[in-house]
Amino acid sequence: MDSGGNGGSGGGGNGNGPANGTNGTGFFSSVTDAAEQLAATGYLASTAVATTVFLADRLGKPLLVEGPAGVGKTELAKAVAAIGQARLVRLQCYEGIDEARALYEWNHAKQLLRITAGRDGGWEEARDDIFGEEFLLTRPLLTAIRGEEPTVLLIDEMDKADVEVEALLLEVLSDFQVTVPELGTITASRRPFVLLTSNATRELSEALRRRCLFLHLDYPDAELESRIVRLKVPGLDDTLAGSLVRIVGALRTMDLRKAPSVAETIDWARTLLALGADTLDEGVVRDTLGVILKHQDDIRKAAQKLTLA
Amino acid sequence: MTAVPPPSGPRPSTRPPSGAAPSGPPPANAGPADTAARLTGLVRALRGHGLRIGPAETVDAAAVLDVLGFTDRERMRAGLAAALLRSDTQRTVFDAAFDLFFPLGVGTPEAVRALRTDLPAVPADPEPPRFGRPDPLRDDLRERLAAALAADDRAAQARLAGEVVEAFGRYGAGSTPGSDGWSAHQALGRLAPETLLARILAALRAAGAATDLSDLVLADEIRRRIRDFRALVTGEARRRIAELRGPEQIAERAVAPTVDRIDFLYAGRDQLAELRRTVHPLARKLATRLAARRRRAARGHLDLRRTLRRSLTTGGVPLRPAHRLRRPARPELVLLCDVSGSVAGFADFTMLLVQAMSEQFTKVRVFAFVNRTAEVTDLLRSGDDPARLAARILTGARVTGYHGNSDYGSALGDFAEHHLDAVGPRTCVLVLGDARTNHRDPNLDALRRIAARARRVFWLNPEQPSHWPTGDSAAPAYAEVVEMHSCRNAHRLGELIARLLPV
Repeated sequence: MDSGGNGGSGGGGNGNGPANGTNGTGFFSSVTDAAEQLAATGYLASTAVATTVFLADRLGKPLLVEGPAGVGKTELAKAVAAIGQARLVRLQCYEGIDEARALYEWNHAKQLLRITAGRDGGWEEARDDIFGEEFLLTRPLLTAIRGEEPTVLLIDEMDKADVEVEALLLEVLSDFQVTVPELGTITASRRPFVLLTSNATRELSEALRRRCLFLHLDYPDAELESRIVRLKVPGLDDTLAGSLVRIVGALRTMDLRKAPSVAETIDWARTLLALGADTLDEGVVRDTLGVILKHQDDIRKAAQKLTLA
Repeated sequence: MTAVPPPSGPRPSTRPPSGAAPSGPPPANAGPADTAARLTGLVRALRGHGLRIGPAETVDAAAVLDVLGFTDRERMRAGLAAALLRSDTQRTVFDAAFDLFFPLGVGTPEAVRALRTDLPAVPADPEPPRFGRPDPLRDDLRERLAAALAADDRAAQARLAGEVVEAFGRYGAGSTPGSDGWSAHQALGRLAPETLLARILAALRAAGAATDLSDLVLADEIRRRIRDFRALVTGEARRRIAELRGPEQIAERAVAPTVDRIDFLYAGRDQLAELRRTVHPLARKLATRLAARRRRAARGHLDLRRTLRRSLTTGGVPLRPAHRLRRPARPELVLLCDVSGSVAGFADFTMLLVQAMSEQFTKVRVFAFVNRTAEVTDLLRSGDDPARLAARILTGARVTGYHGNSDYGSALGDFAEHHLDAVGPRTCVLVLGDARTNHRDPNLDALRRIAARARRVFWLNPEQPSHWPTGDSAAPAYAEVVEMHSCRNAHRLGELIARLLPV
């Protein structure tokens, strides 16, 4: 639970405590700096996003980002990695992911080879040998902890993993260390910037949540979204971008099965640009509604709304 | 109406209007003790609303404030939210509480005070002027509000909210301390921002701001802006009153609860819509809990006979207990819902929830009644618009007879007469309703017949138990026949479903 220094307790780990005096990763110097640097990589951040990313960086706490699909949760991690010139280590969660896939695994085949090859040697020698670094296959979590260079660890779609995996993460997230029984405790020599994403298809456990800073990433407001559209689709007319964002915003307030995300807004803008449309009239919208809405029911409902109102 | 100067009565908490008061969140000279007190006050208020925040999170929040400083209020808000909140549903409570404990300023807003000189004088008479009488102050505010809303200028709207509360929100001025205050309701009633819609639309269209199809959604957007402005005024009034009474008290009473703790009977249309959005997450959560219970329950009770039999091989010592194994059959569920106006929100929500959880049961059948009972299982298909469910049931199913009032006696009788084959020994029946029979015969016999056939029958009543024995409620009588539980909000409903339903 302590967010402060870690005692580097026990084990023959190769850790020597956090590299810099503070706990943080030190990518940003202030909230404004965070916002500017994110914008420079093409990620336009709201105040909440910039503030929270800065805090996660400065306080050295993992950041849990929750929100609907397609609002840029994964993109955020990529942007931070680009800014810190850090290695992006990604752990994609899925149902049934386990320790061997997330943390580390012993290379059994190689161990067997070693045993057969060194049959003449004594038992002691072989035993020490086959549980050495050489036979350890590091998986994303351990890779991120052991990295000497700046690292961004992205644990994607945490809600897809089973509850047991959360328990596995607790040690990594609170103390930035991993315990391998044969080797001892490995403490991060340099704290990675940890970002977890979740689509909230399952409640994450309380224990996991309280080790993280929490950020709910929602659809951006109209002003920010039209800036995003203009950044990503530079050729589009400004007023057209404005109307487009406005319609998408209205669609999101409707009760749709799948509300259009930012990615879909951008797709739509690209489509309109390709079609050379300069205003959003009924025909254009009817023909291109399929770009932003992915269910027939939704398209029908939206078409009704956009013609009757 | 004569115009008189603004009320000059004693104002306990307003700073001297020397302009020295800093407008930033908490005054720059606030010591660490003051900040700590504010922070712990905020945390206590949030805990009072059911958020679980431990001391570790409070320490994190303090670290956040330490890093961010006090220069930018929105950053403070975002930072504290990151440290203290654990889900999106807690956000509204947090925002309101944050505004109380870290207010934007003290007393009359700075910008309003500066304007004071050129404002038309505030009338002391809080009564709204009768129709037709000139009201220059109101007209002026409406004029500027229309402009701010049309331009979507948030800063101007916030300033106007301050002015509006200052001008129209005060009640009980000059009376004994404790009975005066600030009312958003009064201020908004006087200003009537909704009536600006047509004007703003006309202005925007004239300016050519929307020439294409987005014009169609413009009205919705303006409505949303007006709603946001109302929220601003409400927040402002809450801030002013918190200065009179202390933030703790206001945070406890005036901050709306998280959506899963909203009383079904008093939920407004927006709140019900918000509630409906939580159906699927809640269903998923409950499904996990039921699955866990099912796993545990699969082992069953101790089988005494087989345990004793086994113990013979170990000299009569029962070393290896034997358990009875359960059959994995899932229960059937029958929902019997009162869909009359008084409890429609509750029935609605529960039907959708049960529908979303339908894979947890072998079979779900839903019956609705007002004074006749009809099966509505087919009307509950997931593809259709859930907001219109109640309307579909009332038009699509015969739930009323000769009159439109709810009558539990005849509805239960109807069910026992025509649909009793839906209930079998594996069925769990949930009756949803307030048991208000309009003084008709409760027909306890019909309920007894249902209870005798079913595995379990539970009655979920959206009223609190202290109201059961009042008026035309037959709740106490029904409660003697079947188990009755009070179920006032979604949180409680989730608890009951996870606990009561047989697995």
